[in-house]
Amino acid sequence: MKEFVEGSHAIAQIIQACKPGVISAYPITPQTHIVEDLAQIVANGELKAQFVNVESEHSAASVVLGASATGVRVYTATSSQGLFYMQEVVFNIAGMRLPVVMTCANRAISAPINIWNDQQDSISLRDAGWVQIYAEDNQEAVDFHLIAYRLAEDKRVMLPVMVCMDGFILTHGMETLDLPEQDKVNKFLPNYNPLYKLDPAEPISMGLLADPDYYMEARYAIQETMKSSLGYLSEISSEFNAVFGRDYKDLLVEEYQTKDAEKVIVAMGSVCGTIKEVVDEQRAKGKKVGLLRIITYRPFPYARVYEALKDVSRIAVLDKAVSLGAYAPIAVEMKAAFYGKKKGPKVISSFVGGLGGRDITLESIHEVFRRLTAKEVNSDFIDLKPELLKEEYGK
Amino acid sequence: MGNSPLFKSGHTACAGCGQAIAARLVVEASGANTIIANNTGCLEVFSTKYPETAWGVPWIHSLFENAAAVASGIEAALIYLGKKDTINVIAQGGDGSTGDIGLQALSGMLERGHDILYVCYDNEAYMNTGVQRSGLTPFDTNTTTSPSGARSSGNIRPKKPVPEICVAHGIPYVATASAGFPQDLTRKVKKAISIKGPKYIQIHVPCPLGWRHETNQMLPVAKLAVETGLYPLFEYENGVLVNRRQFTPKPVEEYLKSQGRFKHLLNNPEEIKKIQEIADNNIKKYGLKLEA
Amino acid sequence: MFGPLNVKPLESKGDKTGSWRTQLRPHYLHKNCIACRMCLMICPEGCVHGKEKNAFWADYNFCKGCGVCADICPKKDIAMVAEESKGEDK
Repeated sequence: MKEFVEGSHAIAQIIQACKPGVISAYPITPQTHIVEDLAQIVANGELKAQFVNVESEHSAASVVLGASATGVRVYTATSSQGLFYMQEVVFNIAGMRLPVVMTCANRAISAPINIWNDQQDSISLRDAGWVQIYAEDNQEAVDFHLIAYRLAEDKRVMLPVMVCMDGFILTHGMETLDLPEQDKVNKFLPNYNPLYKLDPAEPISMGLLADPDYYMEARYAIQETMKSSLGYLSEISSEFNAVFGRDYKDLLVEEYQTKDAEKVIVAMGSVCGTIKEVVDEQRAKGKKVGLLRIITYRPFPYARVYEALKDVSRIAVLDKAVSLGAYAPIAVEMKAAFYGKKKGPKVISSFVGGLGGRDITLESIHEVFRRLTAKEVNSDFIDLKPELLKEEYGK
Repeated sequence: MGNSPLFKSGHTACAGCGQAIAARLVVEASGANTIIANNTGCLEVFSTKYPETAWGVPWIHSLFENAAAVASGIEAALIYLGKKDTINVIAQGGDGSTGDIGLQALSGMLERGHDILYVCYDNEAYMNTGVQRSGLTPFDTNTTTSPSGARSSGNIRPKKPVPEICVAHGIPYVATASAGFPQDLTRKVKKAISIKGPKYIQIHVPCPLGWRHETNQMLPVAKLAVETGLYPLFEYENGVLVNRRQFTPKPVEEYLKSQGRFKHLLNNPEEIKKIQEIADNNIKKYGLKLEA
Repeated sequence: MFGPLNVKPLESKGDKTGSWRTQLRPHYLHKNCIACRMCLMICPEGCVHGKEKNAFWADYNFCKGCGVCADICPKKDIAMVAEESKGEDK
């Protein structure tokens, strides 16, 4: 059913269709509309769920942890500082192998405090053991939540999944979307049937102390499951296509005109829409450019990336996050994908843009292609304002 | 296996651990239809070291400070499943995880009105990490982060009144109990469980290692804490004091003499006077003195 | 090892903490016991068993020798004896 809706509202609708039993979230811009809409849906009696208004994100994540451990499908959403506040619970949920699904409305990290979009928040939690999928537009944001529950609750996986959507750009952007009907959702997403749960009928202890004799295997198990999930995502994508008629291929990357490209930008999220326009513009002028969009960031699809770009001579990685003191996060993965391999780009240049919501315009992307020369650059910040850089403290 | 299928023998608590006694009494009073969320601490560590578990009820440990929030999630899930009426939910932790790092989560749980019993095992310090001072460490207590020395007679702050904080949240039942009064403890847990809504019970549990007393002295030490007035045993229902244990008060010095953690006070009459004042204030406030 | 470290209670046998005892063990005299069950209730290990008068005993596989049972017995019917001595072996 097609509707012209705000992204957040669409997310609330799809979560409603997924029928979680417990929802708990703490408000933080720009996630607020999602949880407000869900609160209204529950208040209207349109969703039979327990909506727990907590006093912090740490507790929001803990509430969904407890509810998921009790064998119920759950949902939470957060951004930026909220994600950081719940960080230890996020790692805990993955370690306890609970299929929690969370929306991260990507937003910049303090300090300085900034409520606009970049991807620093979710990228900073890349080690947590959560599957991370990044949406380019709101249709994907909606669809990826369905896929997230399906993947998380798969008995071969039992890992939490974070669906990342750029704050304000997607959460507050309005698009015409195909909102899946309940019967199709029911077809694609069966009821949650927990592998283990807290139940007096069959008591178990969860969250035990694991000394050096046991800890490593538990972590290794997650690593192996992550690797296998690369394949499961393809499976689930086919199932999704069969029910909804939208083909996300392997759900790992999107190759946009990369086949014979000489210069390719690698990026994640909504900025890819802008990049596609520039690619089209430049292609019309005969320039051989392309875009490789990373859809699944964790587990990182090294093999797929290699396969897509091994014949491209120059790659520009455009990160919307920065690893202060080192190379930018996605750039590092890209370099790892090609190091020591027979084929690969001669140049993998790393650019950082869009931090704190600074607009990445068509001109910005043209500039990136211009700066993608034979000389490799690392963490080259684009669209900086030189007059601000000239200011000195205390003068 | 032990005499309790709900809290089995073979756990690794110290010999004579007051918390082990209290934990077993709590889960037995609650029964098999109980789900427990436990904070990190002595109890969690000594009862669940993979692959062993002492717990015969469903039990979950997440982090240091979030048992109240995890329990809130369990309770919400049970309500959603339509099972809450037949299953008791208990959130528990030590004084540190309850009154310090977990106070926010506890406050949220109480404010939201979840049907959960919160049990605080108060051994008056962060025992699991090595006897460091907590907000519930009493005045003038020697701990590793509030040691006595030439310039200090121990912890300089009074005990954080967590039961009173819980009463201020307007919840239906708040009680203090002691491992030295096991039948009273069992009665209070059973009573709490029969009430719907958030409940808080704080149990004074002697720690032979942290308090430095012989393992077989658990009962005399616990009794002295109560009978000097330093650890009042009371019950509040809906903000009203409905019950307290009355006694003929003993001088605080008897209690202080019974443990190594107060040794530094024994030749310091000025400090003992301050502690006696704390006890006297409790006795007055709660009406603890048994009138002839 | 796939999955979280969850444990079912029946799978767990516990540590044989009786090996911790180095000095004393409780000797149940079975003379004046009134079956008040306080020893059973107060044991931190939960390793005291019994129902009838003069028929309570500690499981020495788990007993850590803390002595709280001997302290609480109102009839002083439990004596803490040296670990080496021959007592009840139950």
